[in-house]
Amino acid sequence: MPYTDRKDYCASINENFGCCLAVEKLLGCEIPERADYLRVIMAELNRIASHLLVTGVFGLDTGAFTPMLHTFRERERVLDLFEEICGARLTYHYIRIGGVSQDAPEGWLNRVREFLDYFEPKIDEYNQLLSENTIFINRTANIGVLTPEVAINFGCSGPMLRGSGVKWDLRKNDPYSIYDRFDFDIPVGTGEKGAVGDCWDRYMVRIREMVQSVRIIRQAVDGITEGPIKAKLPRVLKVPQGEAYTRSETPRGEVGFYIVSTGEDKAYRMRLRSPSFCNLSVLAEISQGSMIADLVCILGSVDIILGDVDR
Amino acid sequence: MTLNEIVQKLISKFPDNILDSNPEGVEPFIKVAPSDIFDIIKFLKEDPEIDLSFLNLITGVDWNQDNRIEVVYHLSSVAFQSHKLAIHAFLDRKAPRIPSICGLYGAANWHERETYDLLGVEFEGHPDMRRMLLPDDWEGHPLRKDYQFPEEYHGIKWA
Amino acid sequence: MSDSHNENSNKENLTNPMTKSANPNIPGERYGNQVILTTLNDFFSWAKASSIWPMQFGLACCAIEMMATAATGFDMDRFGAAVFRSSPRQSDLMIVAGTVTFKMGERIKRLYEQMPEPKYVLAMGGCAINGGPYSLYGYHVVKGVDRYIPVDIFVPGCPPRPEQLLEGIIKLQELIRQKELLKRESMIYDPKRNSPKTNQ
Repeated sequence: MPYTDRKDYCASINENFGCCLAVEKLLGCEIPERADYLRVIMAELNRIASHLLVTGVFGLDTGAFTPMLHTFRERERVLDLFEEICGARLTYHYIRIGGVSQDAPEGWLNRVREFLDYFEPKIDEYNQLLSENTIFINRTANIGVLTPEVAINFGCSGPMLRGSGVKWDLRKNDPYSIYDRFDFDIPVGTGEKGAVGDCWDRYMVRIREMVQSVRIIRQAVDGITEGPIKAKLPRVLKVPQGEAYTRSETPRGEVGFYIVSTGEDKAYRMRLRSPSFCNLSVLAEISQGSMIADLVCILGSVDIILGDVDR
Repeated sequence: MTLNEIVQKLISKFPDNILDSNPEGVEPFIKVAPSDIFDIIKFLKEDPEIDLSFLNLITGVDWNQDNRIEVVYHLSSVAFQSHKLAIHAFLDRKAPRIPSICGLYGAANWHERETYDLLGVEFEGHPDMRRMLLPDDWEGHPLRKDYQFPEEYHGIKWA
Repeated sequence: MSDSHNENSNKENLTNPMTKSANPNIPGERYGNQVILTTLNDFFSWAKASSIWPMQFGLACCAIEMMATAATGFDMDRFGAAVFRSSPRQSDLMIVAGTVTFKMGERIKRLYEQMPEPKYVLAMGGCAINGGPYSLYGYHVVKGVDRYIPVDIFVPGCPPRPEQLLEGIIKLQELIRQKELLKRESMIYDPKRNSPKTNQ
């Protein structure tokens, strides 16, 4: 489990989430409701943190230094919230098999609300600073156009696929955990500044997803119930024989955990479908015919985490 | 279409090559003969009612007790949410060879290279069958169960 | 120039013009506080220590913490060490932030050789120090980047907090101040003692 933290280190909690879903599918165990809500809150907060990092660094790639300082400022606030609940800044190992590791400390949910109130207006600031910036638009619009057919053929997922105009989000299309209880939209690329599926669309999908994450967290914070946070499981966990493949939506796309168990306490084989790996494989396809300088842009908009690529 | 109907359709199309199937379990799967994997997956992808157009992943599993290697293809559909299928094929462990499906899915290219890299499965007809993650001169395939950790690599001690 | 340095190196040469009448025979008094006497060694090491240019070299999760350290909130620039360069030829410090694989190790060695003297290496995080969580079963992970290149500072943690990295930078600055100017840095590192064959 701790290794999944270090696989996609920008979105550790979403990775933990996927891994736990796979093991729980094999075990067939029930998760307490409060744990489910805490998982969703943490996963969406982590999505915000990850998108903040990516949009800031994408600005850095295209030559705009300042947005990174702005997004990191908000990211530090999210990390403070994480630190308060589980003690780590980056590799949390918060979601455990059968529940979560810690309950929320007193007043934490209120501080999450405070953060959301603080954070929502900041998104407009990023739009003013970067999204509507003429230089930025000139550098990203019509660059690296990914058509929906190519995206599906190459197994792209997440903002890559949605940037191409395909309305595909596993939280809605194949709901896991309690995502079916929340009301949110799936932003897709519409080609406002250029062709559908260019770098700007992919970037903008991420910005708009943060707004949706804020919506989900608000609903989850309001709907959370009291109760236990862990299912009762034996200390040495023997997973029944069989295999399971689960998929869940991380900030980068679909993460799949394929586990083969032979009935012992260790998995016989575990294979991860990592979103960055599949998204990166399309790079050669979409960068054909563009300039070397544009390659930096395209790579930034694909949003790879190298730990996620080579695992 | 339910998964059951898909599998029935598949069996009527390829009566000899579907070895086993379980469309109603937790993980719906079919087991096929490796030689016809390309045709079967092509049928699944191009039939508009089935539309398994999204390749999730290709995995290799080493069963060294049974002396065989299993290759698993996970396919799903974008148009139909419930269409998910795992396709298993068993290969001989000494010389694992299976036709490549690179011509169908662009995503298969890197997945097959990785499977070759870590388990040594040869994909016939792959355009660029090289190691992907490990250095080109690495010896052995690390995810095989009998893999020995190297003593050193280019003069740097392993342990 | 910093006041603290001023006091340390030549306190007796400096007098306060407000309390004493200026004596033109004493250099420090003739020019007030505008002249500083120091040794060449101190001056150069002061300059080196407060303008470290690290190389952008992130390998894994530690790189994110490295970025967080350089960005708002922790602001590594306070210590003169946040002008990240993309080229090894322009940088003094290599922060090895993350897991080093055998494939990467040889490239790290090459990058290190391209850096101009004086050069320093900071190994950040458990993976770069001894393989970290991958030390037992990681078939492709180098068990410590010091098998390829000499390391000056180790910053443990998985990943280290930004404060820890800052502490590492401060320790490195102390180390730079101690070194003598005319001695080449790489001569201090004894390849016989630290060669990969004996370092186990």
